[in-house]
Amino acid sequence: MSTLDRSVVEKVAGLARIELTDEEIERFTAQLSVVLDAVDRLRSVDTSAIPPTASVLPVDNVMREDVVRPSLPLEEVFRNAPGRDGDHFRVQTVLEQR
Amino acid sequence: MNALPRTGREAAELLRARETSASELTDLAIERARADTHNAWLLVSDDHARAQARAADQRLRAGDAPPLCGVPWACKDIIGTKGIETTAGSRILDGYLPSYSATVVRRLDAAGAVMIGKTNLDEFAMGSSSENSAFGPVKNPHDATRVPGGSSGGSAVAVAAGQAVFSLGTDTGGSIRQPAALCGVVGMKPTYGRVSRYGVVAFASSLDQVGPFANDVETAAIVCEALFGVDESDATTMALPAESLREGLSDGVKGLRLGVPREYFIEGMEPGVERAVRAALAALEREGAELVDVSLPSTDHGLAVYYIIQPAEASANLARYDGVRYGLRVAGSDLADTYRRTRGEGFGPEVKRRLILGTYALSAGYYDAYYSKAQKVRTLIKREFDEAFAKVDALVTPTSPSVAFAIGAKVNDPLTMYLNDAFTLPVNIAGLPGISVPCGTSDGLPVGLQFIAGSYREATLFRVAAAYERIAGPMEVAA
Repeated sequence: MSTLDRSVVEKVAGLARIELTDEEIERFTAQLSVVLDAVDRLRSVDTSAIPPTASVLPVDNVMREDVVRPSLPLEEVFRNAPGRDGDHFRVQTVLEQR
Repeated sequence: MNALPRTGREAAELLRARETSASELTDLAIERARADTHNAWLLVSDDHARAQARAADQRLRAGDAPPLCGVPWACKDIIGTKGIETTAGSRILDGYLPSYSATVVRRLDAAGAVMIGKTNLDEFAMGSSSENSAFGPVKNPHDATRVPGGSSGGSAVAVAAGQAVFSLGTDTGGSIRQPAALCGVVGMKPTYGRVSRYGVVAFASSLDQVGPFANDVETAAIVCEALFGVDESDATTMALPAESLREGLSDGVKGLRLGVPREYFIEGMEPGVERAVRAALAALEREGAELVDVSLPSTDHGLAVYYIIQPAEASANLARYDGVRYGLRVAGSDLADTYRRTRGEGFGPEVKRRLILGTYALSAGYYDAYYSKAQKVRTLIKREFDEAFAKVDALVTPTSPSVAFAIGAKVNDPLTMYLNDAFTLPVNIAGLPGISVPCGTSDGLPVGLQFIAGSYREATLFRVAAAYERIAGPMEVAA
């Protein structure tokens, strides 16, 4: 199952929204195949009666009062923004206007 | 004064005896950091440090200063600092100035400690050698042709080379303990849930924990006392009563049961490392500890579990770097293309590899075979530790199978690089506290001894580590 080919790496890089060069696709395909082969050893472990652990903490939900508090100062937050339009982050058009 | 005090205790005593001031220690640390030749620092924040030092001197004069007041420290650059550039070792955060400080930074600010600057690291803490930084590799102060370990390499070097009295790192699979071992200092990872992760750049959220580097165990315990405790901004922090982590430091190991897991003495471990660790075990036994043979059979699966869960969590956490709210933006033909180009240019090769691996493990058709399977084996690993701690007070293992290796030796072979963390990452998988203390040398390079305790048993962990430290004697400060 594990041995990767180029097309899988290309597809997954697309899902992860990462542009790769041809050379990177080639190199990562080879390197990640080795890693996946090592990881595949887990298939030999019998886990039929074992529940999964998502977190080691003995808690599930942590509730607090829903109190309105000040947010971070807008000017400080927008100082880091590559594009700003008033109190919004500016990005390229996503939906065309009709 | 021409060298920083080695320990927090020495610094506190000198400050209280008025033999030095926070401002003098700060100037010295800044000078040492600026003269660093190991690429350990990404930023020295002089003005901020000097202002903190002046405030610390006032508190010291007033006479009610806490133990870390006026003590210079170094901050791994994955921990957010308000108004001070925070890079995570990545181009993608180019120019990022956090609008708030991490809780750990605020707690050290409140303790009067003086932050000297930000230290170099593997990009987003992904690495075991500090070679994956966008700002160049960090060098080991014991031998500049070798790596310092990673990912918190800069923080380990800052302490080992006498540029700071202590430092903070983050540990997701060994990123504090392994560089501590390779640089000959103490490095400690607390129990998951002890320390707030708020304001720390997230990597793998069920594994990440902040902890200290220091030249001695007591300083690490003092720093942990300042860091530990519930934080309403991090729902994974546990509300536990404050406890002294220093009271038991001189209690020794007589009568304690120390487990030696046989799976941690594997083929492939360097003979010099095994010799040093076996000698340490014998010394602990002479001090009155009872050594107990322990088996943790799933240890061998730790690496596989870790290299599914950790990249999977990272792929979700690092989705936020999209060039919209902060950092680098590389404009493309449309928004999706801007995301791809920003992330393609902004991330380095190891980060890209892990994001692809993590996205793959979570993708439709593979989720059960990889992610779900890894979570179940995680349960097995945790259970085995729980069973061991029903029989022993702590476990003793090597921290790393090797001493510091040559820069460039493993960087093109990810799996070989990942094996550096084989002895440290099971501790993160199970959420336990672990500490690495210097344990002699092999071929002139430092070896680390790891102690592991049950959840929230940091007091026991520090007690055994301090007992071993007294046996081993202090490590020399590296050039």
